[in-house]
Amino acid sequence: MSDTLIKNSTLDLADLTVRDINSAIKSAESGSFTILNPNGVHALACGLMHPVEVTIKGHAGYYCAGMNKEADITVEGNAGTGLAENMMSGTVRVKGDASQSAGATAHGGLLIIEGDASARCGISLKGADIVVGGSVGHMSAFMAQAGRMVVLGDAGDALGDSIYEAKLYVRGKVASLGADCIEKEMRDQDICELSDLLTMAGMKADPKEFKRYGSARQLYNFKIDNIDAY
Amino acid sequence: MCGIVGLYMKTPKYAGELGRLTAVMLHEMRERGPDSAGFAVYGEAQDDDKLVLLSTTGETDWTALTKSLTAATSIGAEARPIGDHAVLTIGGDGQTARRWLIENAPDVTVLSQGHTIEVFKGVGDPDAVAERFGLSGRTGTHAIAHTRMATESAVTTAGSHPFSTGADTCLVHNGSLSNHNRLREELRRHGETFQTENDSEVAAGYLAWRMRSGDSLDSALKTALRDLDGFYTFAIGTKDGFAVLRDPIACKPAVIAETDDWVAMSSEFRAIATLPDVAHAQIWEPAPAKIYSWNRAA
Repeated sequence: MSDTLIKNSTLDLADLTVRDINSAIKSAESGSFTILNPNGVHALACGLMHPVEVTIKGHAGYYCAGMNKEADITVEGNAGTGLAENMMSGTVRVKGDASQSAGATAHGGLLIIEGDASARCGISLKGADIVVGGSVGHMSAFMAQAGRMVVLGDAGDALGDSIYEAKLYVRGKVASLGADCIEKEMRDQDICELSDLLTMAGMKADPKEFKRYGSARQLYNFKIDNIDAY
Repeated sequence: MCGIVGLYMKTPKYAGELGRLTAVMLHEMRERGPDSAGFAVYGEAQDDDKLVLLSTTGETDWTALTKSLTAATSIGAEARPIGDHAVLTIGGDGQTARRWLIENAPDVTVLSQGHTIEVFKGVGDPDAVAERFGLSGRTGTHAIAHTRMATESAVTTAGSHPFSTGADTCLVHNGSLSNHNRLREELRRHGETFQTENDSEVAAGYLAWRMRSGDSLDSALKTALRDLDGFYTFAIGTKDGFAVLRDPIACKPAVIAETDDWVAMSSEFRAIATLPDVAHAQIWEPAPAKIYSWNRAA
């Protein structure tokens, strides 16, 4: 079954199951695939391990592009909860909006959301880069440990609550900062870094219009005197 | 986890297909709530008030019950049985009949009361519940449906959604309320009647109380944000209106889509993907603590 599918670059969910499609894409080491009629089904293009190109023509459901490694995945629509969750590498681009927890715990790669991302975008981020063309919801970058998040629009309440070493760049308004998250100086190196991120994401914006946020490193876990407690 | 769907017709174009479209949406949400299901359909307004009753024993003698109701309250009633439910068309005040039945018919749960609303519910596969009560063939202006995975009370037909305590008003809920016990007692003091230990029924009772006190649906939802503690995505129907509300934390999912002809909400997009002309719909995720409402009368 999958031999036939691998040669067929257009995969239609009107005829095939999600499992058929995922196993076909996963077994390919290269090539490009177009998925038709996604209609919000869950777990599309999950767990890919090779540099394949996947285009999803429509709206994806939960956990789309989860655990992605090396693949370039484009959603030509909106994506549901848990987009690119735990991504390791590769690129995921959503042309519409993403629901909550986009890029959660992502270790590497680039996640681009051209529209808005809702609550908890980049929660527990572990090294990936996220660029959001619109705004992000509340509790975004909660406990973000490493990586960078760029928001061209606004950020909701409690941005970067309990953040570790991740770096946040926001162009618009921040409704409120979370515990231990503070605004930081935009240094030349930050302007360069942000400029590169915007170029990689294909977004046009002046890096000088952004503010940078990160950890004040004042919470309990940052105090060396508390090391014995661990 | 639960699945909720709502479909509100802005124009008469798809009114004849309301039931069929709602059944397809409900089908898409059955994995989110395989325990039980229910739906409310707002059909054409009738001059007479009607009540939908559930026989919790499945053995209620509807003829005897209507006779007793008429003897006690002088309200004439005619019962049309459908499975373990019956639709009672009554010649008199629906609220009075509802109260009498709750107090005097221990094997009966009143599922809805009003001039347009009919609520049906059952345990088991949501598709089977929809089939049993002929959802697909129903027509009307709006419908709300629910698939349930129970957390706060037992899996029973009476504990299934939608909950309706006020005339032509109903609510479906995905989430759980933490202050429902205390609030139920308070609402009882205000004269509300409850038939289950379910947390979502308290939310329905709260809105019914506020609207009975003169609030609009929007005002009632505004105070609900203050008075209800817990997790929720609600879809609410009134005689002329439809609303969606998520709590400020917004853990429970929701998506809304709107065209010139209809407004639809669901826990997940895949239910909305089945609707006609969805390719041209405006689609968005409702923001936390923001009231979204539509009203035909306004």
